[in-house]
Amino acid sequence: MTSYYEASARERLHALLDKDSFREFLPPTERVVSPHLVQLDTPAAFDDGVIVGRATLDGRPVLVAAQEGGFMGGAVGEVHGAKLVGLLERARDEKPAAVLLLVESGGVRLHEANAGLIGVSEIMRAVLALRSEGVPVLVLDGGQFGCFGGMGIVARLCDAIVMSEEGRLGLSGPEVIETTCGVEEFDSRDRALVWRTVGGKHRYLLGEADALVADDIAAFREAAIGLLDTTPDLSLAALAAEHERLGARLQKFGALRDALDIWSALGVAKPEKLPLLEADAFNAVVAGKRA
Amino acid sequence: MEKLTFEFFGGAPVNATCAPALVGVVGSGNLEVLIEPAALDGACAIEILTAARGFGETWRAVLDDFFARHKLADVRISINDVGATPAVVALRLDQAVEDFLGGEK
Amino acid sequence: MRHAMKGSLMRDWNTQARNRQARLARAAALAKGKVVAAADAGALLETVLEPGDRVCLEGNNQKQADFLARVLAELDPEKIHDLHMVQSVLALPEHIDVFERGIASRLDFSFSGPQAGRLAKLVSANQIGIGAIHTYLELFGRYFVDLTPRVSLVCAQAADRAGNLYTGPNTEDTPIIVEATAFKSGVVIAQVNEIVDALPRVDIPGDWVDFVIQSPKPHYIEPLFTRDPAQISEIQVLMAMMAIKGIYAEYEVDSLNHGIGFDTAAIELILPTFAESLGLKGKICRHWALNPHPALIPAIEAGFVESVHSFGSELGMENYIRARSDIFFTGPDGSMRSNRAMCQAAGHYACDMFIGSTLQIDLAGNSSTATLGRIAGFGGAPNMGSDARGRRHASPAWLKAGREARQGRNLIPRGQKLVVQMVETFREHMQPAFVERLDAWELAESAHMDLPPVMIYGEDVSHILTEEGIANLLLCRTDEEREQAIRGVAGYTPVGLGRDKRMVENLRDRGVIRRPEDLGIDKRHATRDLLAARSVKDLVRASGGLYDPPKRFRNW
Repeated sequence: MTSYYEASARERLHALLDKDSFREFLPPTERVVSPHLVQLDTPAAFDDGVIVGRATLDGRPVLVAAQEGGFMGGAVGEVHGAKLVGLLERARDEKPAAVLLLVESGGVRLHEANAGLIGVSEIMRAVLALRSEGVPVLVLDGGQFGCFGGMGIVARLCDAIVMSEEGRLGLSGPEVIETTCGVEEFDSRDRALVWRTVGGKHRYLLGEADALVADDIAAFREAAIGLLDTTPDLSLAALAAEHERLGARLQKFGALRDALDIWSALGVAKPEKLPLLEADAFNAVVAGKRA
Repeated sequence: MEKLTFEFFGGAPVNATCAPALVGVVGSGNLEVLIEPAALDGACAIEILTAARGFGETWRAVLDDFFARHKLADVRISINDVGATPAVVALRLDQAVEDFLGGEK
Repeated sequence: MRHAMKGSLMRDWNTQARNRQARLARAAALAKGKVVAAADAGALLETVLEPGDRVCLEGNNQKQADFLARVLAELDPEKIHDLHMVQSVLALPEHIDVFERGIASRLDFSFSGPQAGRLAKLVSANQIGIGAIHTYLELFGRYFVDLTPRVSLVCAQAADRAGNLYTGPNTEDTPIIVEATAFKSGVVIAQVNEIVDALPRVDIPGDWVDFVIQSPKPHYIEPLFTRDPAQISEIQVLMAMMAIKGIYAEYEVDSLNHGIGFDTAAIELILPTFAESLGLKGKICRHWALNPHPALIPAIEAGFVESVHSFGSELGMENYIRARSDIFFTGPDGSMRSNRAMCQAAGHYACDMFIGSTLQIDLAGNSSTATLGRIAGFGGAPNMGSDARGRRHASPAWLKAGREARQGRNLIPRGQKLVVQMVETFREHMQPAFVERLDAWELAESAHMDLPPVMIYGEDVSHILTEEGIANLLLCRTDEEREQAIRGVAGYTPVGLGRDKRMVENLRDRGVIRRPEDLGIDKRHATRDLLAARSVKDLVRASGGLYDPPKRFRNW
């Protein structure tokens, strides 16, 4: 068991992809660093916190990106964003079996202001453009910093998301919700509450994540391989069906106060026990009960 | 940020097939070390960008000992540092050299 | 002669007992038997206390008689004033409020971590007279000599109507406080979480307790001894490997105490992995004077640990302890009983080794956690971290340390305790841990202390362990050797850079300084992968689900 959570972005790629198959685009030796951070007298990273490149997964060609949460919380700046956009655009030429995004990000890098915002919106556009040409984009989310903000939106624009229970997926960060809406509404220091609300298990049960795996790079790899044959469907019919599904979900659960209530409504007999279960046991208990 | 540069001489050339290596992460108390072959007339050049100002002498002492451990020639080492202690700096440098020279993982 | 005898026959020799009866009589109307309503707590204290009384308030290291503290702090200083507080720990704001409000004016204590800053301010404002700062065991000892409490305010989990108390896992200081008070005609008042018909077991006999009050909320207990493995660094893993190979294995350390910290948590977590790989199971670390650290769970499960006696408990460990009664000290009811005084004595006399961290070490090996603007005190560490000159029973570790210390000197042989100070050369913000002069000197001056507050004296330190290596001070024969041995492991701090290089090399040749490579340790193996548990959840898994971490440590 190699912990996905503990590993750096480079270590994750090394263990996830086929041995020795990874070739990095714009490697650190190119020193394509953020032009903004140096002006702010703030440390920069040689790869601006994201690694992009080409590899094989189970023998099949993939393009991959991995965000390094340890650098500025994985936040997207101008260069970081451009690397991701470039990768997605390249995929339209190369038509790999899939693009894998190992996301770990708080969203837009506020230090870089509009450059970061533009970067994230360009990523969104590039994801949709790529998917409309038939190449699936798969998200892996299991790092310490979660997947929030603009990258949370990006993740949900992709074909599928694989999460571990340690992973988190959301829009506003827990602290922001508490500051804006008050601690009565959301106590960001109640970690159990945070994970119940934006953690992997709840996202899986709500239908936002497609697989819940153990915190093990091998488990992420296996899940990713299983999703390689996903066919993106951006047809009007698919969008309409998604809207209907979301509407029904809101109808059914909109008035409920806590994830435990939702899990109960989904037919889970002992919802309070779910957070304690290992991935395999969890999946067995909730089989057929996802929203 | 403070920029520091050091040069060491008298090292042994490395194998030409050594690929650049990067270890570490630019986070608080940590650093990233990039090591790559470079035509420097036999020098080992070390360049540091650090958020912790005023520790030039400490870096010198740490790098003196580093070079005594790994006498490399025609190698460039570039560092982005966010206040790592000498213990962590020495650890990353050794890890970088090991990856660079192709040691066991 | 006859005149003197007549005088002594004239003297009233039973004033204390009579005074006690008077206090009880004054309070009788407020109690139904021994039970007093929470709403009457203030009135009770007012009638029982007299100005100038010596009062012990249970501010333990972990549990707090918080309700009684609040009531005490809200008394009318016109009626109750100049109390002399004797207590282990100043933990709550109310512990300082009593001084600011003029209810108390004198203090003898041991530790004040959370209130250290406010205490310093009180001292500089001359609002408090500090008798002395003690270690726990020392203070407990004085409860039976010259600091006997007149009134003690204690806390317990439960009481019955006869006043019997169940203190349970967090028994801590209560027995010693109550014994000293009850048997010197004092008055004992206990706040309890509940009053029941039948207690799980009796920890304090009702005969020793005068009043029992059910507090509105359960008393506060601080989880001080839980360390999240996620925060342990590679450097700490390296130091843990060095400790095990360079000291634990070398001396066959069988019984020990770990000062709390991430450094020692790392040692606990690599016993099942690193120490096991060295074939050390069953040979080291069998008996512990230690709070029930969650980080020790994997080592217990792996079969390293045979017994643990504790100073107090740790929140979340109750069910695990209950299920592992072979290891912990539990009553016939199944729950643990801790006892700070006994565990301190055990740590002092019955352990081969103490290992812990500190903030500063000087060139003679004296260490201190003193910082300016804070009067924090000592707690129990000096009792663990000092040679036990009263010890007589032998063990391999004790004999070997004693031999090394006396090698080549014409002294009668004796053993010595291993006292290890474990510290990274630089602390946060690149503050060096090694200094020429401890901040303790400045604190002593500004706070008018008789002596600089030293936690562990260099004379007692046997080894200093840093990421640079281990300095064996037992083998040093002169002050100069000792100084250079310390400089030799002080790395790139100014103290370390000021070393005499040739002397340090020589010390290394002699084995006085040993670097990781000298110990056969491969730094590449010093990664978090070596930890038997890398998260709080891993600890829960290791315990088979028995460990129930407090909310702040969980994300589920």
